[in-house]
This record gives sequence, C-alpha cells and structure tokens, in this order.
Amino acid sequence: MLDTSSRPLSPRFEPPQLVTSPPIVRAIGLHKRYGRVQAVADVDVEAYPGEVLGIVGESGSGKSSVLRLLNLEEQADSGTYLLNTPVLEGQDLFALDRFRRREVQIMNIGVVYQNPHLGLRMRFTSSGNIAERLLLTGERTFATLREAARESLSISEFPLNRMDDPPRVLSGGMQQRVQLAKALALRPVLLLLDEPTTGLDVSVQALVLDTLKRLQRERHMTIILVSHDLGVIRTLADRVMVMRHGRVVEQGLTDQILEDPQDAYTQQLVHAKL
Amino acid sequence: MKLADLAQQRQDYSYAFLDAHAKRELRRRILKAIAIPGYQVPYASRELPIARGWGTGGLQVTLSLVGPESVVKVIDQGADDSVNAANLRRFITTMSGAKTTIDTLQATILQSRHRIPEEIMLEGQTLVLQVPDPEPLRGVTADMSKAHQLHADADYGQMWLLLYEQLVRYRQYIQGASYPSLVNGRYIISPSPIPRWDTPKLHQAAHLTLLSAGREKRLYAVPPYTNVYPLEFNDVPFQVEDQKGWVCKTTGVQNKFMNELPQEDGTSQYELSDSGYANKLADTAQSGATYYDDQGDFYHAGYLKPPVIPPI
Repeated sequence: MLDTSSRPLSPRFEPPQLVTSPPIVRAIGLHKRYGRVQAVADVDVEAYPGEVLGIVGESGSGKSSVLRLLNLEEQADSGTYLLNTPVLEGQDLFALDRFRRREVQIMNIGVVYQNPHLGLRMRFTSSGNIAERLLLTGERTFATLREAARESLSISEFPLNRMDDPPRVLSGGMQQRVQLAKALALRPVLLLLDEPTTGLDVSVQALVLDTLKRLQRERHMTIILVSHDLGVIRTLADRVMVMRHGRVVEQGLTDQILEDPQDAYTQQLVHAKL
Repeated sequence: MKLADLAQQRQDYSYAFLDAHAKRELRRRILKAIAIPGYQVPYASRELPIARGWGTGGLQVTLSLVGPESVVKVIDQGADDSVNAANLRRFITTMSGAKTTIDTLQATILQSRHRIPEEIMLEGQTLVLQVPDPEPLRGVTADMSKAHQLHADADYGQMWLLLYEQLVRYRQYIQGASYPSLVNGRYIISPSPIPRWDTPKLHQAAHLTLLSAGREKRLYAVPPYTNVYPLEFNDVPFQVEDQKGWVCKTTGVQNKFMNELPQEDGTSQYELSDSGYANKLADTAQSGATYYDDQGDFYHAGYLKPPVIPPI
C-alpha cells in the first residue's frame, strides 16, 4: 500500500520554471477600435523568455489585431507595451516616435504572416528579402549580406541552391521558410507567427512545424503564435489564450485548456470537430 | 494725353511665356531646393505649349531663369540638333530673346535631357535637367506617402536592396540611368535620367544643377561644390559604363561617352554622344578640360575605384 500520509492533501504548486524569470513581453490593457468595431478590448499579453504563447479564437476574435499591435504595425488606442530587453527595459513602445518604433521593431521583433505577400517582396530574390533586414540596420557589405542570408535560410531548412529565386516562383511551404528566415535574420527576442501554416497541405505543415519546434528548442526564443488550428497550438504552444469578440475568455497551460476547458466558448471550440 | 498712351502696350505673352507670379513661385522653389541639397521641393507645374514628358519641368526652370543676356544651350541625348532640343531652344529664344550656343563653355544656362556635357562646366553656369521620375524610392516603396516618411527619416536601407539584386543577378551594378546618389550626406536623389557615366560629374561640381520634373511637380538641386556619392556596397565599388576601346569614328577620341552605331555586317561603330564637343574637336581640335581625360581617368582623382567582381 502506498504511503500517502507524508504528502500534503493539496500539493502546493511551484510556478513552472518558465515563469520564475520576469516576462519578456508585457502588454497591458490593450484596446483597439476600427471604426465601430471594437477589435481588441482590455487584453493583457504576457510571455516569458523561451515560452511559446498560443492565441486561439474564431475569425474576427481580434487575435490578429493583437499580433499587429505587438508587431508595432499599428498604434493601440490605449495600453502599454514593454519588451524586457537590456536596452528597452521600462520603455513603453507605444510611446516611441515613428523612427525609433521602426528601429525597435526591426531589431527585436520577427514576424511570419499567413499570407507571404504581406511579408515578402515577391519579385526580389529570396536572399534579398533576408538581406533587406540587415540593410535596414545599416549593414553595407555585400559579402556579409550573402553570408547572413545563407545562414538564415539554412537554419530554416530552405534549399540553398534556390536562395536567389524570387518567392513568387516558390511553393507555399518554401515561401513560409523564406519568411521565417527573414524573421530570424537579426535574432529577434520575440517571434510573432500569424497562422504560419494555414493554407499549407498537411505534410508540408508538419515539416514547417518541425522546423519551428527545432528552432524554438535551439534558440530558446519567445514565440507568440496565433492560430485557429488547435492541432498547431497543441504541437507548439506552452500556454494558450482563448479570445472571443476582442476579449480573452480563458487562458492557461495548453493541455489544461485543451483537455479541461472551463469557459463555455472554449468547450465549444475544443469539441468542434468535423 | 490719353490713358492708352500711359498703359503698357498689349502683349500676347508675358516675357519668357510664364507670368510673373509663376516665375516668382518657381524662383522661390529653386532657392529652397538649393538651400536643402537633394530635397524634392513640390511646385505648381504650369501648363506649357508642349506636352508633359517632353521637358516641361526643365523648360519651366529655364524660363524662370532666362533673361535677354542669357546664352542658352539645349541638348537631348547629348545632341544639340535633335527635334526635342531644337524645339525647346526655339521656344526659349522666341519667348525671351536669349542667344543660343552649342558651345558648353559659352552657355549660361544649359538645359539637358540624358547628358551632362563632356567639358568641365564652369562656376556661374546652370545646368537644368529634365527629370521624368524624381523619386529614387519608387523601386522599393510603391506608397509615396511612405516614401516621404523615409526621406524625412533618412531611412534609406532599402535602396541598397536594389543594388543587391543587381549584384546577385549580374555581379555588377547594371542600373543604366538615374543611379541613386547621396547628396550632401543627407538626401538620396535620382539624378535621372543621366547615365552612370555622368553621375560622378555632379560631385563637387563648379556649376549649379537643377533637376525638375514637370509631370511629378517636383524640383531638386545639387548646388556648386556639394558632395554627391553614388550608392555602393563597401566591398563592391560603383562603376561607370565600361566603354574601353570604343573610338569615335569621326574624331578618333576615346574614353568619352559614346553612342553605339550597329552596322549591317554585325559590327559596331561609335560616335561621341556629346555632339557640341564633337563639333568643337572637328572645327578647332581644341576643347576645354574634360571630366574624363584621354586615359579615362576622372578629374577628381580617387573618386572612382577599380572594379571588383563580387563572389556570389
């Protein structure tokens, strides 16, 4: 018989090791309105170093809007956004001027869009798309650009003999790899993925997810991943936020949310299967 | 005495065609452009009796500067006698009474499309360039309001992307005309549409260069003795067109910008693109100093560097 007497009845949970360090992303009280539509209402996003945070929700739930705010593409109506890096500590990124904001975005944030047309110059070479990131930081040596493009493309498992093909002649999966290489070129502290594998067929999707998982493990990156595909979320995310109508309805560890959803909407979402 | 005697005699046109207000506005814009080298100053481009795209920008600048004492030279693709140049020259002289010349060194105002003359222009001369497309960022930014922001922030990183693409595909800079150049360390201009060969001539030039786009309604300037550097990578220097061994069939000159004349047997002959300079050589065998000497060396020593073919 097992001796249970020494165990406390309700075990005191230590916070996961992930959470013991301060969050690297702290976005508090985000609001964003487009005309009459309140796209984001009072959303807090916190992500810890090396964590993958998933954001799920139906179309129009505001998850992509949150990502655009975090990517500094748009100004929030209200809220603060802190990135806990040595240079930017304590600085509200929404309060920066245009020039500085652009600089912060280039140096610290990488993004992969669902639609590669948003993230890539389709008629320029793939390597040029990556070189552009370095050019924006002031790199002016051709050999260095080539080397960086080669390195970045190879870690995202892109075939190097096609590095000078324009993305418009590449397959969807390859285009996403170019986007990923571009996002990683400057070793960002935060990687934003907006439905990175939606629209790819299942086998390619698995390959891209594999790459993402490996990179996450190797580089210990903080990733915020938006998806409506719970399979993708289950594969990658450590923690999940469920959004609906611009608000966060539930959040917690991935398996906890997906196995034991508390909110009615989350239950419906998790059990919705064809 | 009648009122009619006191009044000014009726004229069909204002002096130099543009009315006084238009000329005053243009002169103000020109002063602003000179004060901020390379900055594109918007202006109200007036209607002229020639169509947009035929040099209306340059023509308006010339008309606002010209006076009865001016000596005007108009060139098109280096030639004084092409239809467009002859047309503009006739219009300017009819409207202003200015004299004309084909000698670069005699002119006070040179209006040009595509070329800067071979002879080194002097202090006090004004070169007016007709510009089809003033915006150097158009190749990388379709959105012109974004382009204005990039100019304001001097955020020009994307321009090198165009050069990167050229190097990857051709292993050399191949942009033939309007090679993007940094003026006075601040603004990047499109010195359109002069060939790469002429771009270095803007650097620390003694003359004033005014570039004006009539359709796009913008003008910008390279004042005398201003630094102009073509964009380049640290490890791949800018090059002018390689025309080594091209000999002018009429004057026997080398190392000047040539027109290539394809022959029936498949070979090519060459002639000087700058016809005023060619005429001068043919008539007197004398000319002023030229930007490129007979060995092809540029007059600012060290400005042009030896070519590098980058490894891909």
